[in-house]
Amino acid sequence: MRAWLGEALADVSAARRARSWGGFDPEFSRRLGERGWIGMTWPRRYGGAERSALERGVVLEELLAAGAPVAAHWVADRQSGPLLLRYGSEAQRERLLPRMARGELFFCIGMSEPGAGSDLAAIRSRAERASGGWRLQGSKLWTSNAHRSHYMIALVRTSPEGASRHEGMSQFLVDLTTPGITVRPIRDLSGDEHFCEVVFEDALVPEEALLGVAGAGWAQVMAELAFERSGPERYLSSFQLLLELVRETGPEPERALAAGIGRLVAHLATLREMSLAVAGRLAAGRDPSLEAALVKDLGTSFEQEIPEVAHALLGRPPRPEGGDDFEQVLGFLMQTAPSFSLRGGTREVLRGIIARGLGLR
Amino acid sequence: MSETAALLRETAERLLHDHCGRATLEAAERGEWPSALWDALEAAGLPQALAPEAAGGAGVTWREAREVLRAAGRHAAPVPLAETLVATALLAAAELERPSGPLALAETGAGTALRCERAASGWRAHGRLAAVPWGRSVSHVVTTALLDGRPHVLLLQRSDAAVRRGSNLAREPRDELVFDAAPLRVAPLAPPLRADSALVLGAFARAAQMAGALERLLDDSVRHAQERRQFGRPIGSFQAIQHALAVLASETAAAGTAVAAAARAAERGDPTLAVAAAKVRAGEAAGIGARIAHQVHGAIGFTYEGALHFWTRRLWAWRAEHGSERVWAERLGRSVAARGSAALWPDVTAGLSAEVDGASVDRAPE
Repeated sequence: MRAWLGEALADVSAARRARSWGGFDPEFSRRLGERGWIGMTWPRRYGGAERSALERGVVLEELLAAGAPVAAHWVADRQSGPLLLRYGSEAQRERLLPRMARGELFFCIGMSEPGAGSDLAAIRSRAERASGGWRLQGSKLWTSNAHRSHYMIALVRTSPEGASRHEGMSQFLVDLTTPGITVRPIRDLSGDEHFCEVVFEDALVPEEALLGVAGAGWAQVMAELAFERSGPERYLSSFQLLLELVRETGPEPERALAAGIGRLVAHLATLREMSLAVAGRLAAGRDPSLEAALVKDLGTSFEQEIPEVAHALLGRPPRPEGGDDFEQVLGFLMQTAPSFSLRGGTREVLRGIIARGLGLR
Repeated sequence: MSETAALLRETAERLLHDHCGRATLEAAERGEWPSALWDALEAAGLPQALAPEAAGGAGVTWREAREVLRAAGRHAAPVPLAETLVATALLAAAELERPSGPLALAETGAGTALRCERAASGWRAHGRLAAVPWGRSVSHVVTTALLDGRPHVLLLQRSDAAVRRGSNLAREPRDELVFDAAPLRVAPLAPPLRADSALVLGAFARAAQMAGALERLLDDSVRHAQERRQFGRPIGSFQAIQHALAVLASETAAAGTAVAAAARAAERGDPTLAVAAAKVRAGEAAGIGARIAHQVHGAIGFTYEGALHFWTRRLWAWRAEHGSERVWAERLGRSVAARGSAALWPDVTAGLSAEVDGASVDRAPE
């Protein structure tokens, strides 16, 4: 795999590699699909390769370490596909999974809303029964790559809150070309446009768009989040900057530089072990939610620390354009780092999960 | 966990639970040798577990030995259990006969003032070994050094040395031993063992003890947060405390993981860089963990009457022993820089124990 990636990414600049799972490249995703590196653990009849979770873990970490542009298929591989396998109907699986595994069908996440961030149960988007299916109303926010995806799996209310806030939610497979859906990209602080607002105005989706059981959306979305949080992408987001730092300091760094790099590598090696242990729990059929929360909390802190350490050690300017590879990668990551402990569950949400695991909640 | 590891863990936990209570810890701090504890450990074969069965040990692996070290840290065992384990492994590797009783593990290398000379009657040692754990109580001291350009194990008799008492923050004996033409036994070591293996394996042992002590801090801090009430409810119900304890849990897990990886590396070959990573990671976790545990415990944790200090003082002491985070980070960083950025990811995925053309990827410090 390293040999293949070395060739496939030979001409890719350091600044583009730094985007890694933020880099959207449909052609690259299709080539990965051809190699059987998407949906690796899925059954063969749905286009998978029936590989183990550990084998998949190795492929994912190689892609990320190499800075491969994997954003196009990432969500489908990581959570939408596994969710379909667990809750989807046979027809849904047959229709969607093989194209997802080929790297041709891209998915985005439909959770956050203007009034529902960490408090996901506060969602207000809703679906109402209509002739021929369901009508969607409301909006989703911070949806990465919605403007370049084919489908969203949206969590919406299908009945009012009952005794519990977690009742009355359902998930839908939403074709984003459906009339009544508007996707508006949102510029982030770096000027990039990768996340979006998605508005539903009386968008009619067919009966078979319902995923799983009506009313069971909360349990399903919790399973989806467990898939989302269990991957190795939560500690490698700044890895390209560590590589640039090693390159910049050369073979015989002075003592403080060597110590700074050595400390980061000690953290990296430990996080990699912890991440593999999460994949091991998945492979053994055990719930990795607590371990995954722990790895994500430590991993995103590590990702955010690398630009800080690089700054402290070298003190070079971060530059979005011009400058050398180090300055460009630092420029990108300095601006992107705040999102690391927000996306996929904030640091505070994760620490709440860990505290529950300790018996404190 | 292997069956042997589980058995070792259970045995160590039971013996330490029975023989290493508060009274034992306090007596040890007053300078008493906890003979009941040591005798129980020795009777169960724990200090010599790493020696092969032919040499009177149990022939356990480093991963299995880690369970004993962890338990020693969890119970703050005030005996040279870690030292004897490692010293025994080194003696066995060099096929030197193991003396009975507790052994100390000393470091040589940069900054140590021990000189070995070959005399007509054999090797003689001159000079000082600094901060030797339980130097006053052991029968022998084991270390490694370069003799005639080759790595060797050195076995010195404690009674040949003048002892100047010292201790670390936890009042564990750290004595200076002064030798004057003392006879010693030496034997060559084969790769992957090396001239600084006493330092490397000592660092592994301390990292494993720190991981165990952190587990104890976490357990005690969570229990305290559930029992202590303020503003009419357990302080553990406050989000600020919950999040602090979540960080302590994460640091504890990271330390344990790093040590497990180092143990695996020791079974594959030269573990120096994996041990470097483990000592750095566990040492950092020790600093963060002690800070959080004290904050959660409040004033009672700052008293001698409270028990927290038995672990936090050890963590503060152990992170500086057998190479601090700074020492090991620098060494790891120098190796990473020398190997270049292209080798970093392959080396990390090989568990930092990759061998290149039969040579270790680590370069010993000048």
